[in-house]
Amino acid sequence: MNTWSWGYVGDILPDLLKGLGVTVEATVLGSLVSFALGLVWALALRSPSRWVTWPVGAVVEFVRNTPLLVQLFFLFFVLPSWGLTFSPLVTGVIGLGLHYSTYTAEVYRAGIDGVPAGQWEAAVALNLPRRRTWTAVILPQALRRVVPALGNYVIAMFKDTPMLAAITVGDMLFQANTIGATTFDYMEPITVVGALFIVISYPTSLLLRALERRLVR
Amino acid sequence: MTGALWELFFKGVWITVQLMVYSAALAAAVAFGVGMARTSRLRVVRFLSGAYVEIFRGTSALVLMFWLFFALPLLGWQLAGLWAGTLALGLSYGAYGSEVVRGALAAVAPAQREAAVALSFTPWQRMRKVLLPQAFPEMMPPFTNLLVELLKGTALASLLSIGELTFEAKLARLSTGESAQVYGIILVLYFVIAFVVTRIMRLVERRAKASVGKAPEPSGGLFSRTPAAAGTAAPAAGGGKP
Amino acid sequence: MSADTHLPKDAAPGGTELIRFDRVTKRFGAHTVLDALDFTVSAGKHVTLIGPSGSGKTTILRLLMTLLKPDEGTIKVGDAYLTHEEKGGRLIPAGEKHIREVRKNIGMVFQQFNLFPNMKVLRNITEAPVHVLGLGKDEAEERARGLLDLVGLTAHLDKYPTQLSGGQQQRVAIARALAMRPQVLLLDEVTSALDPELVAGVLDVLRDIARTTDITMLCVTHEMSFARDISDDVLMFDAGRVIESGPPEKIFTDPEHERTREFLGAVL
Repeated sequence: MNTWSWGYVGDILPDLLKGLGVTVEATVLGSLVSFALGLVWALALRSPSRWVTWPVGAVVEFVRNTPLLVQLFFLFFVLPSWGLTFSPLVTGVIGLGLHYSTYTAEVYRAGIDGVPAGQWEAAVALNLPRRRTWTAVILPQALRRVVPALGNYVIAMFKDTPMLAAITVGDMLFQANTIGATTFDYMEPITVVGALFIVISYPTSLLLRALERRLVR
Repeated sequence: MTGALWELFFKGVWITVQLMVYSAALAAAVAFGVGMARTSRLRVVRFLSGAYVEIFRGTSALVLMFWLFFALPLLGWQLAGLWAGTLALGLSYGAYGSEVVRGALAAVAPAQREAAVALSFTPWQRMRKVLLPQAFPEMMPPFTNLLVELLKGTALASLLSIGELTFEAKLARLSTGESAQVYGIILVLYFVIAFVVTRIMRLVERRAKASVGKAPEPSGGLFSRTPAAAGTAAPAAGGGKP
Repeated sequence: MSADTHLPKDAAPGGTELIRFDRVTKRFGAHTVLDALDFTVSAGKHVTLIGPSGSGKTTILRLLMTLLKPDEGTIKVGDAYLTHEEKGGRLIPAGEKHIREVRKNIGMVFQQFNLFPNMKVLRNITEAPVHVLGLGKDEAEERARGLLDLVGLTAHLDKYPTQLSGGQQQRVAIARALAMRPQVLLLDEVTSALDPELVAGVLDVLRDIARTTDITMLCVTHEMSFARDISDDVLMFDAGRVIESGPPEKIFTDPEHERTREFLGAVL
């Protein structure tokens, strides 16, 4: 039976916080990739051509219905053999961004569908060009609606970043694991990592709920 | 790909399915228990169940899994890998599921509860005879999403060296060096399992809806059930993705 | 098809045909809303469409605005088809570019205003003149200010639509449509969504426009006194066909058709 040691926690905290930095970095970059890529999917899925919607829909369904961890392994082991060599972190960001883009695509779809039909009609009545209708009328209104939902996926992604440890990214879990492997005491490092996730994600989700009440009316 | 490798994959699929079924059973128990507890009249029950949800939704399923596998033994409980995986997945997806249960219960028309009160049912009778039967069909679409998420989550257990699909893939990659083929194949295998799971859940949903006299929604597309955008699109869903 | 419709669009004198529906049929599923409809509107006229709900009045406006496509028949605005384009002497379904060109002549005010909530009042009005007509920003703003003055909302140009009352929003929507200088203005039950006390302000603005401009107006409304005030012609619709038409004095006081009498008896 071992007992909890705050001294030990103090010793390992700097390493864990370094890992937290990597975790946050991966989350932020992964989010940006997923926001951009998801919008691409959402717009492509509205194409009038089946030659666009069918393949894009298939890719999106496939990526969404298979495990992120396996996708990360795929990218990590296979991309180099295609001559694409990235650092583990970049590979992880690509994996996170790609996986979550299939969710953000759905968020955008709902947001775009939520813009009242009258807005499209008014744009037609004013003869606004297609591109202008999207950029000046539809997307600004849709984006406002999707902010809270996108935020929820950022939190979800944040909680999925420990998977990057499996492809040797030095995130929090990776640090905790390394520490545990050398000291043979996993209790404090992993508990602290788990607690840090709650300490960050819970207030963030409260913030998002407040934001949702303000933005989505 | 040799026959031996395929054998390895199918063994992995079998363990993956087992892990999914056990975790889903635990998650369902947690979801209904905690979800109903959150509608309790007792403040302390509501608080405790709410705290459970926030803690297990707030942390990472993988970190929880590592904690159960590496840290818990130091307190004297050694868990076999499969059970650490089951416990971690069941407890965290149960927390998400409880939000689904709570949302669906809250969505039952207030008049139904009032009618049950007027008939002087006890609170438990109201729950069992009136609220749950009506809420259950509404839970099915988000449960389907959660089950696919849980299936994807089982891959995490490979990091505890449990011989499920992803772990077997690792062995296959090490022995053949064919990364693209190996991971390509198991991605497809996961996709097929997800497809089958979705179809089975659709059948369950259909039956559940028929049992309360509702017409099932028209099906279409490959999966056709797009995940509810967490929070906004479907408040009752409590998030399509943990 | 008449061959005498080749007139320069900016010099359409009163009395010349501006809009022509030729055997236009529109169905929604099994329900036929417009049944081989024929009618014409002369340039500069103010025409009101009346009739029971579901008789196809709004469908006509939506067809003219290209929000809907007819199942059969042709629609002509000025000397160009809205639904088709002529290539090598044959009529083929209109392409996007052709539709855009013809549509420039048409403006619409909607029942629900449909202002862009993400843009302030001024930009709601200048957005299309700048990006469709290619007006300079200053010129578009000057035009917008003039129109806001016309609808009596100069003080509100820096507000968002949600900060305005329904009546004010609708007046902005009228200014927005006029900023495109259309030949034809379509008014689709523009007062139906307004609180009763706000209706008069909107109608006053429209009366003003009807009196002082030579814009052609096509109007669907339940405000019979307004229809009587501004209309040169009233078309009575029933079951997707025009069953009676004529000047308002005639239709409102001495209708010929039994259905018209019934309808007017119910709404007046």
